[in-house]
Amino acid sequence: MKGKLPKITVWRVIFAAIMLCGLYATWLRVFYGLGGSTNLSDQFPWGLWIAFDVMGGVGLAAGAFTLVATVHIFNIEKYKPVLRPAILTAFLGYILVTVGLLYDLGRPDRLWHPLVMWNPHSVMFEVAWCVTLYSTVLFLEFIPMVFERFGWHKPMGWIHRISVPLMILGVLLSTLHQSSLGTLFLIVPEKLYPLWYSPILPLLFFVSAIGVGLAMTIFESWHSTREFGRALELPLLASLARVLAVVMSVYLWIRFLDLAHRHAFGLLRQNREETWLFLLEIALMAVPTVLLYQARIRMRPGALYACAVMVVFGFVANRLNVGITGLKAASGAAYFPRWSEIAITLSIVAAGFAIFRVVAHYFPVFEAASHEAETGRTEQKEAEPLSVG
Amino acid sequence: MPKAILYDSTLCIGCRACEGACAERWGFPYNDKIAAEEKISAHKLTAVETHGDRFCRRLCMNCLEPTCVSVCPVGALEKTQLGPVTYDAAKCMGCRYCMQACPFQVPSYEWNQRLPKMRKCDMCYDRQRQGKVTACSEVCPVGATITGDRDGLIAEARQRIAAKPDAYYGKIYGLKEVGGTSVLYLSAVPFEQIGLRTGVPQEPLPETTWRVLELLPDVVSTGAVLLGGIWWVTNRRAEVARKEGHGK
Repeated sequence: MKGKLPKITVWRVIFAAIMLCGLYATWLRVFYGLGGSTNLSDQFPWGLWIAFDVMGGVGLAAGAFTLVATVHIFNIEKYKPVLRPAILTAFLGYILVTVGLLYDLGRPDRLWHPLVMWNPHSVMFEVAWCVTLYSTVLFLEFIPMVFERFGWHKPMGWIHRISVPLMILGVLLSTLHQSSLGTLFLIVPEKLYPLWYSPILPLLFFVSAIGVGLAMTIFESWHSTREFGRALELPLLASLARVLAVVMSVYLWIRFLDLAHRHAFGLLRQNREETWLFLLEIALMAVPTVLLYQARIRMRPGALYACAVMVVFGFVANRLNVGITGLKAASGAAYFPRWSEIAITLSIVAAGFAIFRVVAHYFPVFEAASHEAETGRTEQKEAEPLSVG
Repeated sequence: MPKAILYDSTLCIGCRACEGACAERWGFPYNDKIAAEEKISAHKLTAVETHGDRFCRRLCMNCLEPTCVSVCPVGALEKTQLGPVTYDAAKCMGCRYCMQACPFQVPSYEWNQRLPKMRKCDMCYDRQRQGKVTACSEVCPVGATITGDRDGLIAEARQRIAAKPDAYYGKIYGLKEVGGTSVLYLSAVPFEQIGLRTGVPQEPLPETTWRVLELLPDVVSTGAVLLGGIWWVTNRRAEVARKEGHGK
């Protein structure tokens, strides 16, 4: 641990710099309003905080519901070692999404309004309820790690008794929430560029969320092995990567069919910003998908990690394209995030990494995994992706 | 009978009296500098735009099936029986989905306020409730903006087109746009030439999201049965496996 100190210091300096910028930007946001801290305008009312902090954040938290369904509902228990980190990621993710919302809402003091003032015709109303309820579910899925840490068996029993309906509720809420972020944009058929506007946006958002949830699980496992000096559960991650490749293939195929049915491919002949950013987004998702079909890529930690990162970036590019790029032309306004918008976004991401580290250090997040790693899986053969209990 | 506004851009002389009357009604400042801003904003809820030698007045369309009302998560926006779409600032949490969703880019935000509100024209709901016409109609010196029953104004507009077919483009903007609006436009030239959005759908937009939202109970109930069922099956299988394991 001591030998690593210089490296950690560099990261701490970067972390401190980001947090200081974020703090100053927060001051601007509070005292000078959205006008003094963002490049938003009447023509372009949603920017980076919605497209990345909220739409991206919720998607990156999708690993929990995917793995909860896999491990506890489909009973494929061998993925258990990566379940807890996924739940922690999602729980932190949802807290940070709420923090992002507090920055973005004009009246953050009224965050609770949708719980009292109802409009069931509004997608945003559904989103608000999903965030609230699923955060609660994630809290209850996370809290056993705290109980376990302090040896509180009684409350552990209470949670255990409601765990099955709780997990089913969590999967349902996630399904609704991930898809509803796509539904949000169904209301702008004439504004959102046709490469992204599709009547099946909710389905596309849902499927891509499953993909990025798996990619995030691989991503955080890889990081945790470096930080906590654990053995990488490579066979397990490799089999997860196999599932990821299939999910992304399905996603890309639906995307292709959708564009074909809407005769939107002709748009790609135009030399426009939209065309290039669309191609970037597709490439970031298609390249790792193709690579992950090869065993030698899946079984190499570095390559596996690179593929997971590409999927995450491709997913983020998609959300930014739907939330920003695709809306620019029709708005008639130029938008690029102001430095303070970027600073706050980076601060939220950095805080997420830092809190994850601290929590994973003090609570039994990875413990289940390290026990199994000890039992000498020396042969390093890829686990079968779907062998049931 | 819902009220509406008919704006005849062939009559408009660009005097901006409507802008002044609107500012006065809302208690906003109004001077030459603000008059020169040819776009609606949080301190200017109607604006007269110049397009060559023609004018076009912009204001909230107060749609018959308003997108903003359907998207507002807290129900701060309301379509009144009388026609105007009103806004309750006390409910608004500032998510700005109304601005994102509005097909006419109407709602404006007080970007530089610490406790901002959305702003838009509400067709002088308070005046109309008392049986008075809107402030802009009252002040217009040439009758380019008039207030009345929507059906009556549509008949009036058709009459004007029939009487002077050469002076008009021959269509009424707002008749079918997003299912119909409370503000109707007449023009001498195609509407896009005076800055109106002609690409908007002819159907009401709330339908686009409702089609998905109304499936919510079905998705939840089917999903619950499916997931519960899968758990029941796989758990049973695991139990059997466990017991067999013990037997050996």
